[in-house]
Amino acid sequence: MNALSRRRFLKITGTTVGAAAAGGAALKASQILTQPRSGSKGIQKIPTYCDICFWKCGAIAYLKDGRLWKVEGNPEDPLSRGRLCPRGTGGVGAHYDPDRLKAPLLRMTKRGNEEWVEVTWDQAFDYIADRMQKIKKKYGPESVALFSHGIGGNFFKHTLKAFGTPNIAAPSFAQCRGPRDAGFRLTFGEDVSSPERTDIKNAECLVLIGSHLGENMHNSQVQEFAQAVENGATIIVVDPRFSIAASKAKYYLPIKPGTDLALILAWMNVIVKEGLYDQEYVQKYGFGFEQFATSITEYTPEWAYPETGIQPEIIRKTAREMARYKPATLVHPGRHVTWYGDDTQRSRAIALLNALLGSWGRKGGFYYPVGMDVPSYPYPAYPKTVKEKVDNPAKKYPFAHEAITTGIREATITEQPYPIKGWFVYATNLIQALPNEQETIKAIQNLDLMVVIDVIPSEIAGWADVVLPESVYLERYDDLNVEWFREPFVALRQPAVESPNDQKPNWWMAKKLAEKLGLGQYYPWNDIEEYFDVRLKSAGLSLSELKKKGIIKGAQQPIYFDEGIPADFSTPSGKIEFYSVQLAKAGFDPVPKYKRPAGGPPGYFRLLFGRAPVHSFGRTQSNRILSDMMDENEIWVNKKAATRLGVKSGDYVRLKNQDGVVSNKIKVKATERIRPDCVYMVHGFGHTSKMLKHAYMKGASDSQLITRYETDPLMGGTGMNVNFVTIVWEEA
Amino acid sequence: MARYGMVIDTTKCVGCMDCVVACKTENGTPEGFNRDWINYVVSGEFPTLNMEIRSERCNHCDNPPCVDSCPTGASHVHDVGKVVLVDDKLCIGCKACIAACPYDARYIHPEGYADKCTFCIHRVEQGLDPACVSVCPTRCMYFGDLDDPNSQVSKLLNSRKNHTLIPDAGTKPRVYYLT
Amino acid sequence: MNESTITRHNTLIDPALHIWGWEIPVYLFMGGLVAGIMIIAGYFTFKGQYKHNYFSSFYLPHVSLILLSGGMFALFLDLEYKIHVWRLYTTFQITSPMSWGAWILLFIYPALWLNSLVRIPQTFQGRIPLFDKLSVRINANPRAIKFIGVFNMLLGTLLGIYTGVLLSSFASRPLWNSSMLWMLFLVSGLSSAAAFVHLITTDKYERVLLAKADNSFLTLELFVFGGFITGMLTSTRVHVEAIMFILAGPYAPAFWVFVIGMGVVIPLFLQLLAVNKKIMHTPVAPIMVIAGGLILRFVIVYAGQVSHWTKLSVLK
Ligand SMILES: Nc1nc2c(c(=O)[nH]1)N[C@H]1C(S)=C(S)[C@@H](COP(=O)(O)OP(=O)(O)OC[C@H]3O[C@@H](n4cnc5c(=O)[nH]c(N)nc54)[C@H](O)[C@@H]3O)O[C@H]1N2
Ligand SMILES: Nc1nc2c(c(=O)[nH]1)N[C@H]1C(S)=C(S)[C@@H](COP(=O)(O)OP(=O)(O)OC[C@H]3O[C@@H](n4cnc5c(=O)[nH]c(N)nc54)[C@H](O)[C@@H]3O)O[C@H]1N2
Ligand code: SF4
Ligand code: SF4
Ligand code: SF4
Ligand code: SF4
Ligand code: SF4
Ligand SMILES: [Mo]
Repeated sequence: MNALSRRRFLKITGTTVGAAAAGGAALKASQILTQPRSGSKGIQKIPTYCDICFWKCGAIAYLKDGRLWKVEGNPEDPLSRGRLCPRGTGGVGAHYDPDRLKAPLLRMTKRGNEEWVEVTWDQAFDYIADRMQKIKKKYGPESVALFSHGIGGNFFKHTLKAFGTPNIAAPSFAQCRGPRDAGFRLTFGEDVSSPERTDIKNAECLVLIGSHLGENMHNSQVQEFAQAVENGATIIVVDPRFSIAASKAKYYLPIKPGTDLALILAWMNVIVKEGLYDQEYVQKYGFGFEQFATSITEYTPEWAYPETGIQPEIIRKTAREMARYKPATLVHPGRHVTWYGDDTQRSRAIALLNALLGSWGRKGGFYYPVGMDVPSYPYPAYPKTVKEKVDNPAKKYPFAHEAITTGIREATITEQPYPIKGWFVYATNLIQALPNEQETIKAIQNLDLMVVIDVIPSEIAGWADVVLPESVYLERYDDLNVEWFREPFVALRQPAVESPNDQKPNWWMAKKLAEKLGLGQYYPWNDIEEYFDVRLKSAGLSLSELKKKGIIKGAQQPIYFDEGIPADFSTPSGKIEFYSVQLAKAGFDPVPKYKRPAGGPPGYFRLLFGRAPVHSFGRTQSNRILSDMMDENEIWVNKKAATRLGVKSGDYVRLKNQDGVVSNKIKVKATERIRPDCVYMVHGFGHTSKMLKHAYMKGASDSQLITRYETDPLMGGTGMNVNFVTIVWEEA
Repeated sequence: MARYGMVIDTTKCVGCMDCVVACKTENGTPEGFNRDWINYVVSGEFPTLNMEIRSERCNHCDNPPCVDSCPTGASHVHDVGKVVLVDDKLCIGCKACIAACPYDARYIHPEGYADKCTFCIHRVEQGLDPACVSVCPTRCMYFGDLDDPNSQVSKLLNSRKNHTLIPDAGTKPRVYYLT
Repeated sequence: MNESTITRHNTLIDPALHIWGWEIPVYLFMGGLVAGIMIIAGYFTFKGQYKHNYFSSFYLPHVSLILLSGGMFALFLDLEYKIHVWRLYTTFQITSPMSWGAWILLFIYPALWLNSLVRIPQTFQGRIPLFDKLSVRINANPRAIKFIGVFNMLLGTLLGIYTGVLLSSFASRPLWNSSMLWMLFLVSGLSSAAAFVHLITTDKYERVLLAKADNSFLTLELFVFGGFITGMLTSTRVHVEAIMFILAGPYAPAFWVFVIGMGVVIPLFLQLLAVNKKIMHTPVAPIMVIAGGLILRFVIVYAGQVSHWTKLSVLK
């Protein structure tokens, strides 16, 4: 497979170079645009918001003599509080990345034998619209799906909804936080959502189960984490790896991977048995507590010990510590929780633990986020779709409240319940984001149209029929960011610099495509500023003020029960559901039950993965500033295990998984900071796209080794921590 | 006259490298070089571990061997805040100062001169904090006048346990780490 | 044991310092060799033995002018900002050995030149009338000759010491941070210079004389090595780790085989035999000494850069 994708890329590179040399127009445009903005001398500051990840921090772009210089946090912004994370600070590298896509690319002949040429935007849209109409005619508009991640996808979503498809999904659900939100919905009737409503800065006891804050650089969370540390909060970290957060912890619990649910159940067992829970809170807001209490009696710390490897005294001690600080004890719900396939139940257990501690709706626990009332644009109604969404037929996953990417992928392969023949992929690298890339490739082979909108030649772009190059966030307007957070605000992303080549913003593409499809009525505005103006005016706000400040805040509002937020829960019982009737009805455990995770073959390590502070997934490896911080990942191996295997730090090895897939070469980090039964690597490296000249084959890709996954039966999430690897030596 | 120094709280630092990235964009440090860096120092055996995370850079030593060893006077102690600087117009690129610095804080800029952290004197002279200090998301870095007993840096040093790097080398560093 | 992970990866600095390549050891070696030559040639000039020791007195100063220029050129090659090189001479930095070195080198040229004027070799006579005239005037004044001899010995000694002090002044590099280094480089320079004469001269008397001198230098060198090593071994843990780097670490083979074995012990043994007429004088021993002197500079410069206050234990 790898060889194939590389060959495909060779083709792309080969012909684009030729085409670019022939296409004088594109060259001229790029020459003009790399010149500094005319007439601009000195320093200019343009407020905008960051897009290196989905946190959307308020930022200020600085230009020096018309050239992009640096990006800093916008002090007015509650998300960044004037400080960006390292990736945001390195955001300028996205603009200067020489490996960026420069012009629309079109594959002229059959897939698998393709020839790429640079085309004009008009040609690209003609081609796409033509194929879309054919699919619509033959299969219906629902047979075109959109994968989209981040706010930049809003206008494509709009165009595709106008076209008539309900099949729109993001990996942030089934590959990321879906199980968490499902587990919390089942318990409290509400999501934790993003940015998380966690009141970290006020927590007196903070429990992190895998959430590796400090490596996971979601800005506000990390800032608040540091505040909690400074305030002397008791930090409890549960992680098979001695994470950055673990190094700040009073209690570090080096858990056996996959057994967290056992630990959480044992904690609850102690808290209930010793009567340490918030009795008033539970009585007032809880439903089914008695049944819950009975069903967890078996989960004693002594029972949990052989499962988790955590001493019973430590379990008791940490449970009492949590109870001591309640309700200002925050058991963090995590974010990327698609680990073992039992993730919704684990997340529900976390929700229940928080419920016992009375932290939901309380200071130092989970606050009630507030948002600004900025009405959406008064578009005409979308056409009624005839067919149901394709990703979750017959509600196979009854508690999926968003579309499942892997469900669409499966439907594309099986053509059940109906065929999917067109994929739009906006800002998500499905090859790296979804487990088992073979299945993704198989699905793609079944398509009549595959469009990728990206800023760099990602792996997924290599499989497209049409690649549309987008301007990076510093070069474009995007939809308004009306975020639900501690205080209401609306933020604007606006261009600080021009695009260096023939790249275009998503709104422009989505609008042009709609017009080609004869859906012009869905874009009653000519320019996006008109769109902003309409929305802002209806909220009583001014675009010119927003352009100047980057952000407009609303009045502070209550965010805790104590401040007057009504404690109603949109669960069937209207209460916090310790016992879930809807789960019982659907044939699931109404109170979470532990199931031991399957082990790997002897001599294999469980493969774990996570974030490095200076990279966002696989999208920043060709950003020269950020790659200068870290340009390959390493495989963390316990020092003693490494010695036993005869490898040391700095050696290059390859990893072979249980299905015989061998990774690219990767450096060993022999360290005390991890258990001996697992290995760890940072996600996003080991790029196989040759056009990513700088990042190509640097480090190894965890995604490639994730050939297996456990699907969460409640909501269809894909647990990916279920792969095992051995180390094979790299020939010198 | 001021004597600038930096105080970094290792208990809050998460080693995110934002300080390193910010230095790079602020000062246009060329690819392949960094004026500051992170050192993760782990002691103990799994799982009983301790980790000190330090954001390191030139210590602007009170007793700077780099200045002493420079044959041209390019390396010098600046009037403002006793910051140790390199005048690239005087530098011959002999690298004596690099050999002299026990912290390996210097490097040769691709243009041929010795380069290193300047304590962002260009910002400090405008009343701003150094770039690294001003971006740090955990707000664990502090900059100020060590000779002023009322400065935040002095107060922190008086009230918290702290250490410098390789004190045995006798350089008297002015970057302090709170533990 | 500590596990230290440093994110820095600056070119020439990481993972271990390697700012100085072949140029600096060659420069230091040439400097040491010229220093030795100046002391030897100066001594003969001072002693009025320049008539007997033909090669040492007549050709050495000329040859060393070339050697010195070669060494200086090596240094120049090492500079990263070559067009600024003149900046060395717009200032004198009293704390900087390199500044001292630059100025010492500047005085060495006239010293060597004066020494070469004491007796201009036949082939050069009559080429530059001014030089011939000066030569006549020097020869008319025995005190001038004595002065030139002393001047050369003094500057030679300074130069020899400088080549060691340049490194030993770097307290930051534990391996160099030894008060014995200047003596080591001075004695090694002397032995190399003696070996050099021994190797090149055609005069039998001179060859034997220099071989004898070389034997004392080599013997002395062994003691200085002893002092250097024990000094380090009895110093701090960091210094012990640093010296172990050449005694037992990655530089040990080069140190024991080429520097000590083939650079000192074996040639000393051979030359003792030769001086005592047990074997013939051959170029083997002096070549070994010279090569040993050069390799010594390489080992010390390379291993010294790698030696570090905090990184050493991590590197091993
Ligand atoms: N193996 C493995 N799989 C994972 C994870 C993991 O840790 N390991 N993590 C999971 C999680 S938590 C998540 S949220 C998902 C994230 O998965 P993705 O959504 O795929 O995230 P990225 O890797 O950021 O991919 C973004 C793509 O968008 C492109 N892009 C960046 N900026 C722009 C832009 O401005 N415009 C356009 N059009 N494109 C842009 C990038 O070049 C890249 O190709 O992955 C999930 N999958
Ligand atoms: N710098 C940076 N920050 C990011 C992102 C990024 O790309 N870069 N992406 C953002 C996104 S979308 C997400 S979803 C988050 C993800 O970040 P998080 O939700 O914080 O973390 P995960 O990726 O789920 O988990 C990684 C951690 O879990 C540990 N772990 C692995 N298996 C287990 C286990 O069985 N039990 C326990 N207790 N721990 C385990 C690993 O050792 C590692 O420390 O990060 C966000 N922040
Ligand atoms: S968390 Fe970092 S990368 Fe994400 S939006 Fe904020 S500054 Fe940008
Ligand atoms: S920016 Fe702050 S928290 Fe991040 S590594 Fe630097 S000092 Fe530490
Ligand atoms: S840290 Fe190094 S470069 Fe900085 S002043 Fe001290 S010795 Fe000089
Ligand atoms: S490299 Fe430049 S600054 Fe450093 S010692 Fe040499 S001349 Fe001075
Ligand atoms: S003070 Fe300025 S130059 Fe020094 S490390 Fe910080 S940002 Fe870089
Ligand atoms: Mo995510």
